[in-house]
Amino acid sequence: MTRSAIRLGAGAGYSGDRIEPAVELVERGDIEYLVFECLAERTIALAQQARRRDPEAGFDPLLDSRMRAVLGAAVARGVRIVTNMGAANPVAAAERTATVARELGLGKVRLAAVCGDDVLAHVLEGDYRFEETGTAVRDLAGRIVSANAYLGVGPICDALGTQAHVVITGRAADPALFLAPLVHEFGWAMDDWAALGQGTVVGHLLECAGQITGGYFADPGVKHVPGLARLGFPIGEVEANGDLVVTKVAGSGGCVSAATCKEQLLYEIHDPAKYFQPDVVADFSKVRIEEIGPDRVRVVGGTGAAPTGMLKVSVGYVDSYVGEGQISYAGTGAVARGRLALEVVRERLRITGVRMSESRFDLIGVDALHGARDRRGAAEPYEVRLRVSGRADSMHEAARIGNEVETLYTNGPAGGGGVSKHAREVVAVQSVLVPAGAVTPSVRIVEARS
Amino acid sequence: MKLRELAHSRAGDKGDTSNLSLIAYHDRHYEHLRRHATAAAVRAHLGDLVRGDVVRHELPTLGAFNFVITHALGGGVTRSLAIDAHGKSLSSALLELEIPDPDDGAAPMR
Repeated sequence: MTRSAIRLGAGAGYSGDRIEPAVELVERGDIEYLVFECLAERTIALAQQARRRDPEAGFDPLLDSRMRAVLGAAVARGVRIVTNMGAANPVAAAERTATVARELGLGKVRLAAVCGDDVLAHVLEGDYRFEETGTAVRDLAGRIVSANAYLGVGPICDALGTQAHVVITGRAADPALFLAPLVHEFGWAMDDWAALGQGTVVGHLLECAGQITGGYFADPGVKHVPGLARLGFPIGEVEANGDLVVTKVAGSGGCVSAATCKEQLLYEIHDPAKYFQPDVVADFSKVRIEEIGPDRVRVVGGTGAAPTGMLKVSVGYVDSYVGEGQISYAGTGAVARGRLALEVVRERLRITGVRMSESRFDLIGVDALHGARDRRGAAEPYEVRLRVSGRADSMHEAARIGNEVETLYTNGPAGGGGVSKHAREVVAVQSVLVPAGAVTPSVRIVEARS
Repeated sequence: MKLRELAHSRAGDKGDTSNLSLIAYHDRHYEHLRRHATAAAVRAHLGDLVRGDVVRHELPTLGAFNFVITHALGGGVTRSLAIDAHGKSLSSALLELEIPDPDDGAAPMR
Protein backbone atom coordinates (compact mmCIF):
# COMPACT_ATOMS: atom_id res chain seq x y z
CA MET A 1 0.00 0.00 0.00
CA THR A 2 1.37 3.40 -0.86
CA ARG A 3 1.14 6.24 1.64
CA SER A 4 -0.44 9.63 0.97
CA ALA A 5 2.36 11.52 2.73
CA ILE A 6 5.58 10.81 4.60
CA ARG A 7 7.80 12.73 6.98
CA LEU A 8 11.58 12.62 6.48
CA GLY A 9 14.04 13.93 9.05
CA ALA A 10 17.59 15.03 8.32
CA GLY A 11 19.82 13.86 11.18
CA ALA A 12 23.20 15.20 10.03
CA GLY A 13 24.47 17.66 7.46
CA TYR A 14 28.09 16.54 7.58
CA SER A 15 30.25 13.90 9.20
CA GLY A 16 30.99 15.75 12.44
CA ASP A 17 27.51 17.22 12.96
CA ARG A 18 25.69 17.45 16.31
CA ILE A 19 24.01 14.24 17.44
CA GLU A 20 21.19 15.32 19.84
CA PRO A 21 19.06 16.96 17.12
CA ALA A 22 18.78 13.54 15.44
CA VAL A 23 17.65 11.97 18.71
CA GLU A 24 15.07 14.75 19.04
CA LEU A 25 13.80 14.00 15.51
CA VAL A 26 13.35 10.29 16.23
CA GLU A 27 11.71 10.80 19.60
CA ARG A 28 9.57 13.85 18.91
CA GLY A 29 9.55 14.41 15.15
CA ASP A 30 6.87 11.87 14.21
CA ILE A 31 9.02 10.86 11.23
CA GLU A 32 9.07 7.71 9.11
CA TYR A 33 12.65 8.11 7.84
CA LEU A 34 15.81 9.55 9.34
CA VAL A 35 18.57 10.38 6.87
CA PHE A 36 22.21 11.07 7.78
CA GLU A 37 24.26 12.72 5.02
CA CYS A 38 27.87 12.52 6.20
CA LEU A 39 30.12 12.09 3.17
CA ALA A 40 31.96 15.13 1.81
CA GLU A 41 33.68 15.14 -1.58
CA ARG A 42 37.09 14.08 -0.36
CA THR A 43 36.08 12.04 2.69
CA ILE A 44 35.71 8.82 0.76
CA ALA A 45 39.29 9.05 -0.54
CA LEU A 46 40.60 9.42 3.01
CA ALA A 47 38.32 6.54 4.08
CA GLN A 48 39.70 4.40 1.25
CA GLN A 49 43.24 5.02 2.59
CA ALA A 50 42.07 4.04 6.08
CA ARG A 51 40.53 0.84 4.72
CA ARG A 52 43.78 -0.07 3.00
CA ARG A 53 45.55 0.13 6.36
CA ASP A 54 42.76 -1.81 8.14
CA PRO A 55 40.19 -3.91 6.18
CA GLU A 56 37.59 -3.40 8.94
CA ALA A 57 37.92 0.41 8.74
CA GLY A 58 36.91 2.97 6.13
CA PHE A 59 33.48 4.01 7.36
CA ASP A 60 32.38 7.15 9.18
CA PRO A 61 34.18 7.59 12.53
CA LEU A 62 30.95 8.75 14.23
CA LEU A 63 28.81 5.84 12.94
CA ASP A 64 29.02 4.00 16.25
CA SER A 65 28.07 7.07 18.33
CA ARG A 66 25.20 8.07 16.03
CA MET A 67 23.74 4.57 15.89
CA ARG A 68 24.05 4.12 19.65
CA ALA A 69 22.15 7.40 20.10
CA VAL A 70 19.24 6.77 17.71
CA LEU A 71 18.95 3.09 16.81
CA GLY A 72 16.96 1.95 19.85
CA ALA A 73 14.28 4.62 19.50
CA ALA A 74 14.26 4.24 15.71
CA VAL A 75 13.65 0.48 15.83
CA ALA A 76 11.01 0.87 18.54
CA ARG A 77 9.12 3.50 16.56
CA GLY A 78 9.58 1.98 13.13
CA VAL A 79 11.71 4.88 11.89
CA ARG A 80 13.94 3.67 9.06
CA ILE A 81 17.45 5.05 8.75
CA VAL A 82 19.20 5.85 5.46
CA THR A 83 22.80 7.04 5.52
CA ASN A 84 26.00 7.28 3.48
CA MET A 85 28.13 6.68 6.59
CA GLY A 86 29.39 3.51 4.91
CA ALA A 87 31.95 5.70 3.08
CA ALA A 88 34.59 3.32 1.70
CA ASN A 89 33.27 0.25 3.52
CA PRO A 90 29.44 -0.02 3.77
CA VAL A 91 29.54 -3.72 4.70
CA ALA A 92 31.85 -3.11 7.67
CA ALA A 93 29.59 -0.20 8.66
CA ALA A 94 26.55 -2.52 8.57
CA GLU A 95 28.42 -5.07 10.67
CA ARG A 96 29.39 -2.41 13.20
CA THR A 97 25.76 -1.26 13.34
CA ALA A 98 24.70 -4.89 13.91
CA THR A 99 27.11 -5.02 16.84
CA VAL A 100 25.53 -1.86 18.27
CA ALA A 101 22.04 -3.39 17.83
CA ARG A 102 23.13 -6.56 19.67
CA GLU A 103 24.78 -4.59 22.47
CA LEU A 104 21.60 -2.55 22.91
CA GLY A 105 19.53 -5.76 22.89
CA LEU A 106 17.22 -4.56 20.12
CA GLY A 107 16.10 -8.02 18.98
CA LYS A 108 16.02 -8.70 15.25
CA VAL A 109 17.46 -5.81 13.26
CA ARG A 110 18.16 -5.92 9.54
CA LEU A 111 20.90 -3.79 7.98
CA ALA A 112 21.38 -3.37 4.23
CA ALA A 113 24.72 -2.26 2.75
CA VAL A 114 24.67 -0.71 -0.71
CA CYS A 115 27.87 -1.62 -2.58
CA GLY A 116 29.24 -1.08 -6.04
CA ASP A 117 30.14 2.61 -6.05
CA ASP A 118 33.86 1.71 -6.03
CA VAL A 119 34.84 1.89 -9.72
CA LEU A 120 38.59 2.35 -9.27
CA ALA A 121 39.54 -0.63 -11.46
CA HIS A 122 37.22 0.48 -14.28
CA VAL A 123 38.50 4.06 -14.22
CA LEU A 124 42.16 2.98 -14.22
CA GLU A 125 41.57 0.65 -17.19
CA GLY A 126 39.57 3.19 -19.17
CA ASP A 127 40.63 6.19 -21.22
CA TYR A 128 39.18 8.86 -18.93
CA ARG A 129 40.04 12.52 -18.58
CA PHE A 130 39.28 14.77 -15.61
CA GLU A 131 36.37 17.15 -16.14
CA GLU A 132 38.15 19.95 -14.27
CA THR A 133 41.55 20.01 -15.97
CA GLY A 134 41.30 17.72 -19.01
CA THR A 135 44.30 15.75 -17.69
CA ALA A 136 44.33 12.01 -18.49
CA VAL A 137 43.51 9.96 -15.40
CA ARG A 138 46.28 7.52 -16.24
CA ASP A 139 48.88 10.30 -15.94
CA LEU A 140 48.19 10.20 -12.19
CA ALA A 141 47.87 6.41 -12.02
CA GLY A 142 50.43 5.75 -9.27
CA ARG A 143 48.93 8.43 -7.02
CA ILE A 144 45.22 7.57 -7.33
CA VAL A 145 43.68 6.24 -4.12
CA SER A 146 39.98 6.00 -4.95
CA ALA A 147 37.29 6.35 -7.60
CA ASN A 148 33.69 6.27 -6.46
CA ALA A 149 30.57 6.75 -8.55
CA TYR A 150 27.64 8.77 -7.29
CA LEU A 151 24.91 6.10 -7.21
CA GLY A 152 21.25 6.96 -7.77
CA VAL A 153 18.12 5.74 -6.01
CA GLY A 154 17.99 2.28 -7.65
CA PRO A 155 20.05 0.25 -5.17
CA ILE A 156 18.78 2.27 -2.18
CA CYS A 157 15.19 1.39 -3.20
CA ASP A 158 16.26 -2.25 -3.56
CA ALA A 159 17.65 -2.10 -0.03
CA LEU A 160 14.44 -0.50 1.29
CA GLY A 161 12.54 -3.30 -0.45
CA THR A 162 14.25 -5.84 1.83
CA GLN A 163 12.48 -4.19 4.81
CA ALA A 164 15.87 -3.30 6.30
CA HIS A 165 15.71 -1.03 9.33
CA VAL A 166 18.92 0.68 8.26
CA VAL A 167 20.31 1.28 4.75
CA ILE A 168 24.01 2.17 4.60
CA THR A 169 25.61 3.37 1.39
CA GLY A 170 29.03 4.54 0.33
CA ARG A 171 29.10 7.24 -2.35
CA ALA A 172 25.58 8.07 -3.52
CA ALA A 173 24.19 11.36 -4.77
CA ASP A 174 23.28 13.23 -1.56
CA PRO A 175 19.68 14.01 -2.63
CA ALA A 176 19.20 10.33 -3.56
CA LEU A 177 19.31 9.43 0.15
CA PHE A 178 16.00 11.33 0.47
CA LEU A 179 14.62 10.70 -3.01
CA ALA A 180 14.86 6.91 -2.59
CA PRO A 181 12.36 6.71 0.31
CA LEU A 182 9.96 8.87 -1.74
CA VAL A 183 10.25 6.62 -4.81
CA HIS A 184 9.92 3.57 -2.56
CA GLU A 185 6.86 4.82 -0.67
CA PHE A 186 4.99 6.56 -3.48
CA GLY A 187 5.88 4.16 -6.27
CA TRP A 188 7.06 6.97 -8.56
CA ALA A 189 7.99 5.79 -12.06
CA MET A 190 11.67 6.24 -12.89
CA ASP A 191 10.66 8.31 -15.93
CA ASP A 192 8.33 10.63 -14.01
CA TRP A 193 10.80 13.49 -14.39
CA ALA A 194 8.56 16.04 -12.68
CA ALA A 195 8.23 13.90 -9.56
CA LEU A 196 11.92 12.97 -9.54
CA GLY A 197 12.84 16.64 -10.02
CA GLN A 198 10.64 17.80 -7.14
CA GLY A 199 11.92 14.87 -5.05
CA THR A 200 15.44 16.12 -5.75
CA VAL A 201 14.38 19.54 -4.44
CA VAL A 202 13.26 17.76 -1.24
CA GLY A 203 16.61 16.00 -0.92
CA HIS A 204 18.69 19.04 -1.78
CA LEU A 205 16.86 21.19 0.78
CA LEU A 206 17.15 18.65 3.60
CA GLU A 207 20.60 17.14 3.02
CA CYS A 208 22.54 19.80 4.95
CA ALA A 209 20.27 19.40 7.98
CA GLY A 210 20.55 22.56 10.14
CA GLN A 211 21.45 24.75 7.16
CA ILE A 212 17.72 25.08 6.40
CA THR A 213 16.48 25.54 9.97
CA GLY A 214 18.50 28.67 10.69
CA GLY A 215 22.00 27.21 10.87
CA TYR A 216 24.64 29.07 8.85
CA PHE A 217 22.14 31.91 8.44
CA ALA A 218 22.26 34.26 11.44
CA ASP A 219 23.76 37.71 10.89
CA PRO A 220 23.05 39.99 13.89
CA GLY A 221 21.25 43.16 12.90
CA VAL A 222 20.06 41.69 9.61
CA LYS A 223 19.03 38.06 10.04
CA HIS A 224 17.97 36.92 13.50
CA VAL A 225 17.90 33.25 14.49
CA PRO A 226 16.90 32.16 18.00
CA GLY A 227 18.46 29.24 19.84
CA LEU A 228 21.46 28.29 17.66
CA ALA A 229 22.97 26.25 20.51
CA ARG A 230 20.02 23.89 20.35
CA LEU A 231 19.13 24.13 16.70
CA GLY A 232 16.39 21.78 15.56
CA PHE A 233 17.06 19.75 12.42
CA PRO A 234 14.54 19.77 9.55
CA ILE A 235 11.54 17.62 8.83
CA GLY A 236 10.20 17.36 5.30
CA GLU A 237 6.52 16.53 4.99
CA VAL A 238 6.13 15.20 1.48
CA GLU A 239 2.89 14.44 -0.29
CA ALA A 240 2.54 11.72 -2.92
CA ASN A 241 2.83 14.35 -5.69
CA GLY A 242 6.11 15.60 -4.18
CA ASP A 243 4.75 18.81 -2.65
CA LEU A 244 6.90 19.66 0.36
CA VAL A 245 6.47 21.43 3.66
CA VAL A 246 9.72 22.09 5.55
CA THR A 247 9.35 22.30 9.32
CA LYS A 248 11.08 21.23 12.55
CA VAL A 249 10.25 19.87 15.99
CA ALA A 250 8.15 22.39 17.96
CA GLY A 251 10.18 24.10 20.67
CA SER A 252 13.58 23.35 19.17
CA GLY A 253 15.98 26.19 18.34
CA GLY A 254 16.37 27.86 14.97
CA CYS A 255 13.73 28.91 12.47
CA VAL A 256 12.34 27.82 9.10
CA SER A 257 11.47 30.73 6.81
CA ALA A 258 11.23 31.45 3.10
CA ALA A 259 14.67 33.05 3.37
CA THR A 260 16.34 30.01 4.99
CA CYS A 261 14.79 27.78 2.32
CA LYS A 262 15.94 30.03 -0.54
CA GLU A 263 19.53 30.09 0.76
CA GLN A 264 19.59 26.31 0.96
CA LEU A 265 17.88 25.81 -2.43
CA LEU A 266 20.71 27.71 -4.13
CA TYR A 267 23.49 26.19 -2.02
CA GLU A 268 26.17 24.42 -4.08
CA ILE A 269 24.28 24.54 -7.36
CA HIS A 270 25.33 26.07 -10.66
CA ASP A 271 22.62 26.45 -13.35
CA PRO A 272 19.39 26.16 -11.29
CA ALA A 273 17.59 24.77 -14.35
CA LYS A 274 20.09 21.92 -14.71
CA TYR A 275 21.02 20.18 -11.48
CA PHE A 276 22.60 16.96 -12.72
CA GLN A 277 21.68 13.86 -10.77
CA PRO A 278 22.03 10.14 -11.55
CA ASP A 279 18.26 9.69 -12.03
CA VAL A 280 17.14 13.07 -13.34
CA VAL A 281 18.35 16.49 -14.43
CA ALA A 282 16.43 18.52 -11.87
CA ASP A 283 15.09 21.99 -12.64
CA PHE A 284 14.87 24.33 -9.61
CA SER A 285 14.19 27.45 -11.67
CA LYS A 286 10.41 27.41 -11.24
CA VAL A 287 10.34 26.46 -7.57
CA ARG A 288 7.90 28.47 -5.46
CA ILE A 289 8.46 29.01 -1.74
CA GLU A 290 5.75 30.22 0.62
CA GLU A 291 5.51 30.63 4.40
CA ILE A 292 2.27 28.95 5.50
CA GLY A 293 2.68 29.07 9.29
CA PRO A 294 5.24 29.46 12.06
CA ASP A 295 8.32 27.47 11.01
CA ARG A 296 6.33 25.94 8.14
CA VAL A 297 7.37 26.65 4.55
CA ARG A 298 5.75 25.12 1.48
CA VAL A 299 8.05 24.35 -1.46
CA VAL A 300 6.57 23.26 -4.80
CA GLY A 301 7.29 23.51 -8.51
CA GLY A 302 10.50 21.53 -8.89
CA THR A 303 10.62 19.57 -12.10
CA GLY A 304 13.14 17.81 -14.31
CA ALA A 305 14.20 16.02 -17.44
CA ALA A 306 15.81 12.70 -18.36
CA PRO A 307 19.30 12.12 -16.93
CA THR A 308 22.41 12.15 -19.11
CA GLY A 309 23.20 8.45 -18.71
CA MET A 310 26.61 9.34 -17.26
CA LEU A 311 27.50 9.07 -13.59
CA LYS A 312 29.88 11.47 -11.88
CA VAL A 313 32.85 9.69 -10.35
CA SER A 314 35.04 11.37 -7.73
CA VAL A 315 38.66 10.36 -8.13
CA GLY A 316 40.91 10.87 -5.11
CA TYR A 317 44.67 11.17 -5.57
CA VAL A 318 47.71 12.20 -3.59
CA ASP A 319 48.26 15.68 -4.95
CA SER A 320 50.99 17.25 -2.85
CA TYR A 321 52.14 18.05 0.68
CA VAL A 322 51.27 21.26 2.45
CA GLY A 323 53.23 22.79 5.29
CA GLU A 324 52.01 25.63 7.46
CA GLY A 325 53.14 27.73 10.39
CA GLN A 326 51.52 30.49 12.45
CA ILE A 327 52.67 33.00 15.08
CA SER A 328 50.97 35.98 16.79
CA TYR A 329 52.04 39.55 17.58
CA ALA A 330 50.22 42.04 19.83
CA GLY A 331 50.12 45.67 20.84
CA THR A 332 51.17 48.85 19.09
CA GLY A 333 53.08 48.01 15.94
CA ALA A 334 51.71 44.44 15.79
CA VAL A 335 50.95 44.74 12.08
CA ALA A 336 54.42 46.14 11.33
CA ARG A 337 56.10 43.30 13.24
CA GLY A 338 53.82 40.79 11.51
CA ARG A 339 54.82 42.18 8.11
CA LEU A 340 58.50 42.13 9.08
CA ALA A 341 58.11 38.52 10.21
CA LEU A 342 56.49 37.58 6.87
CA GLU A 343 59.45 39.11 5.04
CA VAL A 344 61.88 37.21 7.25
CA VAL A 345 60.15 33.88 6.59
CA ARG A 346 59.94 34.62 2.86
CA GLU A 347 63.67 35.28 2.75
CA ARG A 348 64.51 32.26 4.93
CA LEU A 349 62.54 29.91 2.68
CA ARG A 350 64.56 31.31 -0.25
CA ILE A 351 67.96 31.18 1.49
CA THR A 352 67.46 27.63 2.77
CA GLY A 353 66.13 26.46 -0.58
CA VAL A 354 62.73 25.09 0.44
CA ARG A 355 61.13 23.90 -2.79
CA MET A 356 57.50 25.10 -3.03
CA SER A 357 55.27 25.19 -6.09
CA GLU A 358 52.85 27.64 -4.48
CA SER A 359 52.72 29.66 -1.26
CA ARG A 360 50.72 32.21 0.70
CA PHE A 361 51.82 34.82 3.26
CA ASP A 362 48.87 36.13 5.27
CA LEU A 363 48.28 38.26 8.34
CA ILE A 364 45.14 36.90 9.98
CA GLY A 365 42.91 39.77 11.02
CA VAL A 366 44.40 41.97 8.29
CA ASP A 367 44.50 40.34 4.86
CA ALA A 368 44.20 36.54 5.28
CA LEU A 369 40.69 36.05 3.89
CA HIS A 370 40.22 38.48 1.02
CA GLY A 371 43.57 40.19 0.53
CA ALA A 372 44.22 43.88 1.06
CA ARG A 373 40.68 45.29 0.83
CA ASP A 374 39.90 48.96 1.20
CA ARG A 375 40.03 49.67 4.95
CA ARG A 376 40.18 53.47 4.96
CA GLY A 377 39.33 54.85 8.37
CA ALA A 378 39.82 51.54 10.14
CA ALA A 379 42.18 51.63 13.10
CA GLU A 380 44.98 49.07 13.06
CA PRO A 381 44.08 45.80 14.77
CA TYR A 382 45.55 45.29 18.24
CA GLU A 383 46.84 41.87 17.31
CA VAL A 384 47.70 39.93 14.18
CA ARG A 385 48.52 36.34 13.43
CA LEU A 386 50.96 35.51 10.68
CA ARG A 387 50.23 32.48 8.55
CA VAL A 388 52.58 31.02 5.96
CA SER A 389 51.38 28.10 3.89
CA GLY A 390 53.16 26.38 1.00
CA ARG A 391 52.85 23.40 -1.32
CA ALA A 392 55.74 20.97 -1.70
CA ASP A 393 56.29 17.57 -3.24
CA SER A 394 57.29 15.71 -0.09
CA MET A 395 56.31 15.69 3.59
CA HIS A 396 59.92 16.46 4.52
CA GLU A 397 60.01 19.56 2.36
CA ALA A 398 56.56 20.69 3.57
CA ALA A 399 57.65 20.43 7.22
CA ARG A 400 60.46 22.94 6.56
CA ILE A 401 57.86 25.67 5.92
CA GLY A 402 56.43 25.56 9.45
CA ASN A 403 59.94 25.25 10.86
CA GLU A 404 60.89 28.59 9.31
CA VAL A 405 57.93 30.19 11.07
CA GLU A 406 58.90 28.58 14.37
CA THR A 407 62.45 29.96 14.19
CA LEU A 408 60.90 33.42 14.42
CA TYR A 409 60.81 32.77 18.18
CA THR A 410 64.51 33.42 18.63
CA ASN A 411 65.36 34.99 15.27
CA GLY A 412 62.40 37.16 14.30
CA PRO A 413 60.72 40.39 15.46
CA ALA A 414 59.99 41.10 19.14
CA GLY A 415 57.10 39.57 21.06
CA GLY A 416 55.99 36.74 18.78
CA GLY A 417 54.04 34.00 20.53
CA GLY A 418 51.81 30.95 20.13
CA VAL A 419 53.51 29.19 17.23
CA SER A 420 51.65 26.36 15.60
CA LYS A 421 52.95 24.34 12.68
CA HIS A 422 51.99 21.27 10.75
CA ALA A 423 52.53 19.45 7.50
CA ARG A 424 50.05 17.13 5.81
CA GLU A 425 49.56 15.00 2.76
CA VAL A 426 46.95 16.48 0.44
CA VAL A 427 44.53 14.03 -1.08
CA ALA A 428 42.72 16.03 -3.75
CA VAL A 429 39.64 15.14 -5.75
CA GLN A 430 38.73 15.56 -9.39
CA SER A 431 35.89 13.99 -11.32
CA VAL A 432 35.29 11.94 -14.44
CA LEU A 433 32.01 10.92 -16.08
CA VAL A 434 31.43 7.18 -16.49
CA PRO A 435 28.59 5.50 -18.43
CA ALA A 436 25.92 4.40 -15.95
CA GLY A 437 26.06 0.91 -17.48
CA ALA A 438 29.64 0.48 -16.29
CA VAL A 439 28.53 0.67 -12.65
CA THR A 440 26.83 -2.36 -11.05
CA PRO A 441 25.47 -1.65 -7.59
CA SER A 442 24.42 -4.44 -5.25
CA VAL A 443 22.88 -4.88 -1.80
CA ARG A 444 24.30 -6.99 1.04
CA ILE A 445 22.11 -7.87 4.02
CA VAL A 446 23.47 -8.14 7.56
CA GLU A 447 21.14 -9.47 10.30
CA ALA A 448 21.54 -8.77 14.01
CA ARG A 449 19.79 -10.94 16.60
CA SER A 450 19.78 -10.49 20.33
CA MET B 1 24.64 51.43 0.10
CA LYS B 2 26.05 47.98 0.48
CA LEU B 3 24.32 45.01 -1.13
CA ARG B 4 24.04 43.62 2.41
CA GLU B 5 21.21 46.06 3.15
CA LEU B 6 18.94 44.64 0.44
CA ALA B 7 19.92 41.00 0.12
CA HIS B 8 21.50 37.98 1.75
CA SER B 9 23.88 35.37 0.39
CA ARG B 10 25.34 31.90 0.98
CA ALA B 11 28.45 30.49 -0.67
CA GLY B 12 28.76 26.96 -1.98
CA ASP B 13 31.67 25.06 -3.49
CA LYS B 14 32.19 22.31 -6.05
CA GLY B 15 35.83 21.71 -6.88
CA ASP B 16 37.41 25.01 -7.93
CA THR B 17 34.01 26.61 -8.66
CA SER B 18 32.22 28.80 -6.15
CA ASN B 19 28.56 29.73 -6.25
CA LEU B 20 27.17 32.73 -4.42
CA SER B 21 23.45 33.13 -4.05
CA LEU B 22 22.02 36.63 -3.75
CA ILE B 23 18.50 36.75 -2.36
CA ALA B 24 16.46 39.95 -2.04
CA TYR B 25 14.86 40.48 1.36
CA HIS B 26 11.92 41.97 -0.55
CA ASP B 27 10.78 41.03 -4.03
CA ARG B 28 10.33 44.72 -4.95
CA HIS B 29 14.12 45.13 -4.89
CA TYR B 30 14.71 42.31 -7.38
CA GLU B 31 14.76 44.61 -10.43
CA HIS B 32 17.07 47.07 -8.70
CA LEU B 33 19.45 44.23 -7.87
CA ARG B 34 19.15 42.86 -11.39
CA ARG B 35 20.23 46.22 -12.77
CA HIS B 36 23.15 46.82 -10.40
CA ALA B 37 24.43 43.43 -9.18
CA THR B 38 25.43 42.34 -12.66
CA ALA B 39 27.92 39.62 -13.43
CA ALA B 40 30.37 42.31 -14.57
CA ALA B 41 29.92 44.34 -11.38
CA VAL B 42 30.47 41.28 -9.23
CA ARG B 43 33.50 40.25 -11.29
CA ALA B 44 35.05 43.69 -10.85
CA HIS B 45 34.18 43.77 -7.13
CA LEU B 46 35.85 40.43 -6.38
CA GLY B 47 38.93 41.49 -8.37
CA ASP B 48 41.92 39.23 -7.88
CA LEU B 49 40.17 37.18 -5.20
CA VAL B 50 39.03 34.88 -8.02
CA ARG B 51 40.64 34.03 -11.34
CA GLY B 52 37.74 32.84 -13.52
CA ASP B 53 34.53 34.16 -15.04
CA VAL B 54 31.30 35.09 -13.31
CA VAL B 55 28.00 33.83 -14.73
CA ARG B 56 24.73 35.08 -13.24
CA HIS B 57 21.58 32.95 -13.23
CA GLU B 58 18.30 34.76 -12.56
CA LEU B 59 15.49 33.32 -10.44
CA PRO B 60 12.70 35.93 -10.57
CA THR B 61 10.20 33.57 -8.91
CA LEU B 62 12.39 33.53 -5.81
CA GLY B 63 13.63 37.13 -6.06
CA ALA B 64 17.11 35.67 -6.24
CA PHE B 65 20.27 35.25 -8.33
CA ASN B 66 22.98 32.64 -8.43
CA PHE B 67 26.52 33.73 -9.33
CA VAL B 68 28.74 30.89 -10.53
CA ILE B 69 32.45 31.72 -10.42
CA THR B 70 35.10 29.49 -11.95
CA HIS B 71 38.72 29.23 -10.74
CA ALA B 72 37.58 30.80 -7.50
CA LEU B 73 39.06 28.52 -4.86
CA GLY B 74 42.82 28.34 -5.33
CA GLY B 75 42.68 25.12 -7.34
CA GLY B 76 39.77 23.63 -5.42
CA VAL B 77 38.73 23.02 -1.86
CA THR B 78 40.86 19.91 -1.56
CA ARG B 79 44.08 21.65 -2.74
CA SER B 80 43.75 25.28 -1.67
CA LEU B 81 46.35 26.90 0.61
CA ALA B 82 43.81 29.49 1.76
CA ILE B 83 42.67 29.70 5.38
CA ASP B 84 39.09 29.44 4.06
CA ALA B 85 39.61 26.71 1.49
CA HIS B 86 35.87 26.38 0.76
CA GLY B 87 35.51 30.08 0.07
CA LYS B 88 32.62 30.07 2.55
CA SER B 89 33.30 33.70 3.47
CA LEU B 90 33.04 34.90 -0.16
CA SER B 91 29.32 35.49 0.49
CA SER B 92 30.33 38.24 2.92
CA ALA B 93 32.69 39.73 0.32
CA LEU B 94 29.84 39.80 -2.23
CA LEU B 95 27.53 41.66 0.16
CA GLU B 96 30.11 44.48 0.47
CA LEU B 97 29.40 45.53 -3.15
CA GLU B 98 28.26 49.16 -3.26
CA ILE B 99 25.05 49.82 -5.19
CA PRO B 100 22.81 52.92 -5.47
CA ASP B 101 19.82 53.34 -3.17
CA PRO B 102 16.71 51.83 -4.76
CA ASP B 103 14.60 54.42 -6.59
CA ASP B 104 11.49 53.81 -4.49
CA GLY B 105 13.10 55.79 -1.68
CA ALA B 106 12.15 53.22 0.96
CA ALA B 107 14.36 52.80 3.99
CA PRO B 108 16.69 49.79 3.83
CA MET B 109 14.63 46.70 4.46
CA ARG B 110 15.77 44.14 6.95
